[in-house]
Amino acid sequence: MLQTKIHNITLKNPVMTASGTFGYGEEFADFVDLNKLGGIVVKGTTGDRRQGNPYPRMAETPSGMLNAVGLQNVGVETFCKDVYHRIKDLDTNIIVNVSGSSIEEYCKTAAMIDKLDKIPAIELNISCPNVKKGGMGFGTDPAMAAQVVSEVRKIYHKTLIVKLTPNVTSVVEIAKAVEGAGADSVSLINTMLGMAIDVEKQRPYLSTITGGLSGPAVKPVAVRMVWQVAHAVSIPVIGLGGIASAADALEFLMAGAKAIQVGTANFIDPSITMKIIDGLEDYCKRHSINDINDIIGII
Amino acid sequence: MKKHITDFKIVKKKVYNATYFALTLQHPSTLPEIEAGQFVEVEIPGNKHVMLRRPISIHDVDSEKSQLTLLVQVVGKGTKTLSQMEEGETLNLVYPLGRGFSQEGKEVLLVGGGAGIAPMLHLSKCLSAKGTHCTILLGGRSATMIPVQEEFRPYGDVYFATEDGSLGEKGLVTQHSVFGAEYDHIYTCGPTPMMKAVARHAMEKGIECEVSLENMMACGVGACLCCVVDSDEGHKCVCKDGPVFNAKRLTNWIKK
Ligand SMILES: Cc1cc2nc3c(=O)[nH]c(=O)nc-3n(C[C@H](O)[C@H](O)[C@H](O)COP(=O)(O)OP(=O)(O)OC[C@H]3O[C@@H](n4cnc5c(N)ncnc54)[C@H](O)[C@@H]3O)c2cc1C
Ligand SMILES: Cc1cc2nc3c(=O)[nH]c(=O)nc-3n(C[C@H](O)[C@H](O)[C@H](O)COP(=O)(O)O)c2cc1C
Ligand code: FES
Repeated sequence: MLQTKIHNITLKNPVMTASGTFGYGEEFADFVDLNKLGGIVVKGTTGDRRQGNPYPRMAETPSGMLNAVGLQNVGVETFCKDVYHRIKDLDTNIIVNVSGSSIEEYCKTAAMIDKLDKIPAIELNISCPNVKKGGMGFGTDPAMAAQVVSEVRKIYHKTLIVKLTPNVTSVVEIAKAVEGAGADSVSLINTMLGMAIDVEKQRPYLSTITGGLSGPAVKPVAVRMVWQVAHAVSIPVIGLGGIASAADALEFLMAGAKAIQVGTANFIDPSITMKIIDGLEDYCKRHSINDINDIIGII
Repeated sequence: MKKHITDFKIVKKKVYNATYFALTLQHPSTLPEIEAGQFVEVEIPGNKHVMLRRPISIHDVDSEKSQLTLLVQVVGKGTKTLSQMEEGETLNLVYPLGRGFSQEGKEVLLVGGGAGIAPMLHLSKCLSAKGTHCTILLGGRSATMIPVQEEFRPYGDVYFATEDGSLGEKGLVTQHSVFGAEYDHIYTCGPTPMMKAVARHAMEKGIECEVSLENMMACGVGACLCCVVDSDEGHKCVCKDGPVFNAKRLTNWIKK
């Protein structure tokens, strides 16, 4: 009833977890039956181990939060040697979020992940700044987005999902560019660039001044972007941004997403993904829907 | 240690003054084992300005009754909402989180300041049950900022330091006459400048010292990497690798 497909991977249900919000899954094993998830997108992984930004890295804002974690992770080598063996036998789709500061770094990571049998897909996080191009985001320029995707496409042979940033004038233009460059699917949205100031201390809350906004506050923007992109490309769209209930997930599905990811909501209720899956099942029963795909993209 | 998500019932609310209160919470069945120094992530109900849970130390544990107590200082929106909750109401907790105190040492000093007094009660109970002799030094700006005093008496020798001299010796905890005595282990929780001063003293004297940090958190389970502290092994999560750290691991943090 809930089974869905992204390119050639089958998901038990459309509910996945969003990169950077669910660790490697292990952190949530006491709260969630990980094998019940449609998929787990693990932490952003880079060519080398990264320390990330200095503390403070988060601030709560109305119905959301800002973060400036800055891609702290163990690096692709440790991921392959160590983390992978701890999680590879889970009965769900484990997808690695691949991040980087240069095309070479993206390619190095993608090539190493390509060799891991139990990883059916990568999610290319193109919201990162390109250090070789003055820090301009890969994902904010259609030509640069297409270039990184086509280079990774040459060396990566499994399902290639490209994660889009909302910090652009036209997300449709970027989506079309990465589709043209060989992406098998797009996921959106990554966090929205934001900022908050502690007026008592007269300084920004984040060490980096600006950071990424996530949580329910971004949901209407995310639904709008998913709807626009789903109508503009023919590859499957994965929707995320502020999902905290089955009803939220259904909004994204109806707007055209074949699957959804849950991020910040995991912090508020670590068992939320199970509730969303149950809620989707319940919705289908109540509305006599035999196949969840029947409501995907009905708007 | 398995983590849980559970609805507790508030069975007792104790208001110390305008800033401090304690909530005793009843587990619906059997409370799992809890280490001194571990914390809970409390859901703040009914405040649309508060979305994330708030980390609060476990102040006291009554395993026979399956109850635990939180000691809270009102500092902002979430703790204000908690202070307005009443007996009979429900609180949802994710717990027990983090790594607690090692409980090593035979002759130990516990230094608590402000809300950092909270984890010291359960710790002093656990230590004294093991036969460890505890010197308990509690500090604050004034007597009202040291809400819990008598509760500590059964578990060690209790001393106070207040900046205005309204309770115990006048001055900071690090200026107190018992502070410089011989100990083989120091445990501390409180404002960052206090913990750094305590840790520096301990390192100079070659005494083992454990500090309990209170970094801002989002997930509380080691997934988001928001709560990090700069350790000698790089960034460590306060929620998962801590909140208790041996000060030797935190030389970068102590320097800053
Ligand atoms: C492991 C751990 C254990 C803790 N134990 C206790 C405890 O036993 N009792 C207790 O009263 N408090 C404890 N705290 C601190 C408590 O979590 C914060 O005071 C609380 O989250 C503030 O929430 P608020 O909504 O009231 O404040 P907000 O409205 O969110 O913020 C108000 C002000 O408090 C500051 N603030 C918010 N969170 C923190 C924090 N974690 N540390 C320092 N300043 C903060 C903000 O910068 C702001 O200036 C603990 C924190 C941690 C990480
Ligand atoms: C703490 C934190 C860390 C994140 N890390 C990553 C990351 O490493 N890679 C990535 O592509 N997205 C990352 N994201 C973005 C989320 O995956 C997601 O796109 C965004 O938070 C919107 O979804 P949400 O509102 O459900 O959280 C992170 C978000 C948060 C809150
Ligand atoms: S609060 Fe999320 S890792 Fe510590």
